[in-house]
Amino acid sequence: MNTSTPPRLAPPLLWALVMPLMVWLLSACSTQPAIQQAAAELRGTGDLGVIIERADGRVQIVDSSARSVLATVEGLGDLSHASVVFSRDARYAYVFGRDGGLTKVDLLKAEIAARVIQAGNAIGGSISHDGKLVVVQNYDPGGIKAFDAETLELLAEVATVTEDGTRSKVVGLADLSGNRFIYSLFEAGEIWISDFSNPRQPRTERFLGGKQPYDALVSGNGRYYIAGLFGEDGLAMMDLWHQEEGSRKILSGYGKGEAPLPVYKMPHLRGWSLAGGRAYLPAIGRHEVLIVDTDSWQEVGRVAVKSQPVFVMARPDGREIWVNFAFPDNGWVQVIDTERMEVSHTLQPGRGILHMEFLSKGNEVWLSARDDNKVWVYDTASKQPITSLDSASPSGIFFTTRAGRSGF
Amino acid sequence: MRIPPLLGHVAAFIAAALLLANAQAADSVPAPSAERARELIHIVRQDCGSCHGLKLAGGLGPALTPDVLADKPAESLVATVVSGRPGTPMPPFLGIVTEAEAEWIVAQLLQGFPADAGLPPAR
Repeated sequence: MNTSTPPRLAPPLLWALVMPLMVWLLSACSTQPAIQQAAAELRGTGDLGVIIERADGRVQIVDSSARSVLATVEGLGDLSHASVVFSRDARYAYVFGRDGGLTKVDLLKAEIAARVIQAGNAIGGSISHDGKLVVVQNYDPGGIKAFDAETLELLAEVATVTEDGTRSKVVGLADLSGNRFIYSLFEAGEIWISDFSNPRQPRTERFLGGKQPYDALVSGNGRYYIAGLFGEDGLAMMDLWHQEEGSRKILSGYGKGEAPLPVYKMPHLRGWSLAGGRAYLPAIGRHEVLIVDTDSWQEVGRVAVKSQPVFVMARPDGREIWVNFAFPDNGWVQVIDTERMEVSHTLQPGRGILHMEFLSKGNEVWLSARDDNKVWVYDTASKQPITSLDSASPSGIFFTTRAGRSGF
Repeated sequence: MRIPPLLGHVAAFIAAALLLANAQAADSVPAPSAERARELIHIVRQDCGSCHGLKLAGGLGPALTPDVLADKPAESLVATVVSGRPGTPMPPFLGIVTEAEAEWIVAQLLQGFPADAGLPPAR
């Protein structure tokens, strides 16, 4: 006689059946569907970028091919004056916040991979040529700090305290070969090079620089380091192939004793200033772009522009220089023709143009219009807008193509 | 005991006048129009913020938070906004703001600066 009792499963067997189902259901409803789906579709990162939404402590991850926002990542702290460098594989963005926050953002998962508050007040950072060290430059308490790029573990610190006890703010940090970093000391007016080939025991060499350096650049080939000076008419230049010679002044006395105009925002320098054997540099306190020959380091011309230049950026092919301006003229952008050495176009893309970023081949430039809460995409050939993206109080725009460039 | 109606009105009027006078003494700097105030707040947060930080916690320029400014006389702060500080990157802002606006900005800084509501949308 058969009893009709259904067979009872032993609990372990029941769980073995139910658990995989639960895991599958839970993973299906996790956050960030768009980009995770994208990751599941095995996308690359070569056309991605990061836009800083400075007032909200948030970044947007953008697709520069589709000209769209893929995701946002929150919780990055005070992003006034935030900047970004990328890991060598362009998977991760390291975001340097004003409040000393250093955040590693996974661009494919659109999430924070690691985050530390490493100082009271920071201004930016850089990544070593081997990609293993992220170095941050600090205003308060000054100095630089090196972190493991994988874990953000602190490896070493170099305090920028000079003989008289002055703590200097660090500006113009850039990566050099051999896991060395070069930077300038605002108060002390010196240029320092720290060698992190032994990451926990950096060795530092000191050089004279100039009065009140505000930012600096290293050329793409790593040979020249140029520090802009607020405190004097001129820039400090070091030929790093002949480091023993120290720095020298270039464009000395470019203001020729004229009373300087007020500077409502400090210019920014990067390797984008160099094109076709010339450097295009913002004057300080003069509404001019200075042009210097990079063999002789003599001035070869200057171009009068609308206002105090902030970013003076060569289009990647070197044919044009795009310039934006300090408050209160930050609604304007001018384009300089490099052959004729004169302004060819004057544009008004929006209110509060804080930053510009070219696609790596120069066909488009993206401009952040802070006060319109928009990022504009311009065709560099026609100088016409192609489209715009909504972005809350956008400042810096950083494409992953920076991952492969020295000095970025 | 009944208070005569006229006396009641006079007492209320005097009380109101005293309250108003007191409020003005505490905040003796004339406020700009609401629209201009919004603009000034935006300028201070965003553009002064490029050196002093969005949260005014400092950067290339010093912090402008109430605790830091507490021991500094308001007149010298106003003078710094108007005329700048020679030898430092602090530029003169006269022409961008009036002296009265600089006084208002300093008064706001000393109390804790208001949040930025952004600029009104472009026409």
